[in-house]
Amino acid sequence: MRNGLTGTVPVVLLALWAVLSIGAHYLPLQPDVIQLQQILAAPGNGAWLGYDDLGRDILDRMIVGARTSFLVAAWVVSLSLLLGTLLGTASAYHGGWWDRMTVLVVDVFLAFPGILLAIALAGLLGPGIDNVVIALTTVGWVGYARLSRAQVLSLKHREHVQAAEALGNSKWRIIRKHLLPLMAAPLIIEATFGIAAVVIAEAGLSFLGLGVQPPQASWGAMIRDGTRYMLVAPHMVLAPGVALFAVVLSVNLLGDRLRDKLDIRLTDRNGTQS
Amino acid sequence: MYPGTRANFSHITPDHKYNQPMLAFILQRLLGALLVILGVVSIVFLLIHMIPGDPVEIMLGESASTADREALRVSLGLHLPIGVQFQNYLHGLLQLDLGSSIHLRRPVADLLLERLPATGLLAMVTLLITLSLALPLGVIAAIRRNTWWDTGAMSFSMLGISIPNFWLGPLLILVFSLWLGWFPISGRSGVSSVILPALTLATGLIAVLSRMVRSSMLEVLGEDYMRTARAKGMPPGRVILHHGLRNALLPVITLLGLQLGALLAGAVITETVFSWPGIGLLTIESIQSRDYPVVQACVLLISVTYVLVNLLTDLAYAWIDPRIRLGSGH
Repeated sequence: MRNGLTGTVPVVLLALWAVLSIGAHYLPLQPDVIQLQQILAAPGNGAWLGYDDLGRDILDRMIVGARTSFLVAAWVVSLSLLLGTLLGTASAYHGGWWDRMTVLVVDVFLAFPGILLAIALAGLLGPGIDNVVIALTTVGWVGYARLSRAQVLSLKHREHVQAAEALGNSKWRIIRKHLLPLMAAPLIIEATFGIAAVVIAEAGLSFLGLGVQPPQASWGAMIRDGTRYMLVAPHMVLAPGVALFAVVLSVNLLGDRLRDKLDIRLTDRNGTQS
Repeated sequence: MYPGTRANFSHITPDHKYNQPMLAFILQRLLGALLVILGVVSIVFLLIHMIPGDPVEIMLGESASTADREALRVSLGLHLPIGVQFQNYLHGLLQLDLGSSIHLRRPVADLLLERLPATGLLAMVTLLITLSLALPLGVIAAIRRNTWWDTGAMSFSMLGISIPNFWLGPLLILVFSLWLGWFPISGRSGVSSVILPALTLATGLIAVLSRMVRSSMLEVLGEDYMRTARAKGMPPGRVILHHGLRNALLPVITLLGLQLGALLAGAVITETVFSWPGIGLLTIESIQSRDYPVVQACVLLISVTYVLVNLLTDLAYAWIDPRIRLGSGH
């Protein structure tokens, strides 16, 4: 079943996403140039994806939007992964009162469904790419903290960790050399799915008008602008939506493949495979 | 957590202790939920203090007079020490007093009550659509494993997980409202207006749930009692429904409880897409008009509902399946 459609295509798409995002600065893009005679023009000569309601080139704006979502995803996933893993690992390894507090905090954050807390935070902090990153990281670290905590709890009683402790290794060295390498696979998979979630979340916030500031382009903001002109210019909704959908689908397919390949079975607290 | 990722409340209390009678189990869970709700209240309370700058100035705009600002500051209690503010906030909540809206000058509780039926209706119809599609889809995928039925259902599920609400919604409007003219474009008018928003919300849930039903069903299909039922000559359909699905549904119930969170959070975006006059739209409207007491109340209501639903799911699950509380299996 693993043919080109689920194998190569997502990788190529994601590579394209990354290259366009990083290289956007070097391309001769005109995302903010207004051409009044082209307002709402359908795809055709000169512009592959047509023009938007202000007469701006949609393809150029899509590439800038790709950059926005890529940057936000990269920042939020790295920050959340770092923060969550650090807190989860420390709390499980340390145990006791500190651990109980961490669990409670994690549970409290999990009690806000979906990106609700991020919506509220982004709304209160005001628009801007920094605030989007802050809002999504505030919500995002929790998953990694829970996962790394569960991993450390099951790993810390393994013989090789006890041996390392008996030999007098420092806590930090044990975490770095004996725990983190074994936790890497599930964390990488969680982070992969995290990219898809953050891309949707950033676009969602921008759709609600809580994301990047206009005129900066974001796929979510482009979809929102497009919904006002759906009957006359459906390409305004279709183009950024297809891009967003393609990236998220690719990340999810890749995540599934990674999970199958690394064959992750989360270990429970007794260290037995479930 | 983000939509699409799997929230998990399995350790709402710090440590599982399975060897205890039902009452202790219930008490432990209640206490855990209470602690979590207290935490949620604290964060919601702190939200207004996370606003960069002076919240009163942001709410009223720069043109407001000093007297107006001070009046609002006093009426929100923002001039008091933060500890006292928190005490007052808790005290108000215990009497179901959520403050009043700055722009509409009405109690927030009234606003919420007004919007609640719309969100309730949307959630009910969404759940109905979800269950009536996800169960058959998952069961068929499981019993016709590795056929094109299975591939089709799971591909649909993959697409459903990956499509964002705020794109699917406009697409459905484009096709069914603008091109075909079957449903109203937005708002709440008549029975048919709930269909498109519910379908938008249901797609993601169907995707997640049908996957779960499939994997849960696959596990059950290998059980001895299924072979026994078939061996004694029971019709295959009955075996699947009475012996298979009934047992496979147990883990599905938990997931459904957790997914209700995705539904509630998704409602914020979906209600905005369709101008559906529920709590979600109220959240976004009040963010846009900087009516922070209303924002706080909406976030609090949605989150506490989520915690309570998960608590109920947990308790129902333990009630249905004694292994959870008595700890023989697992």
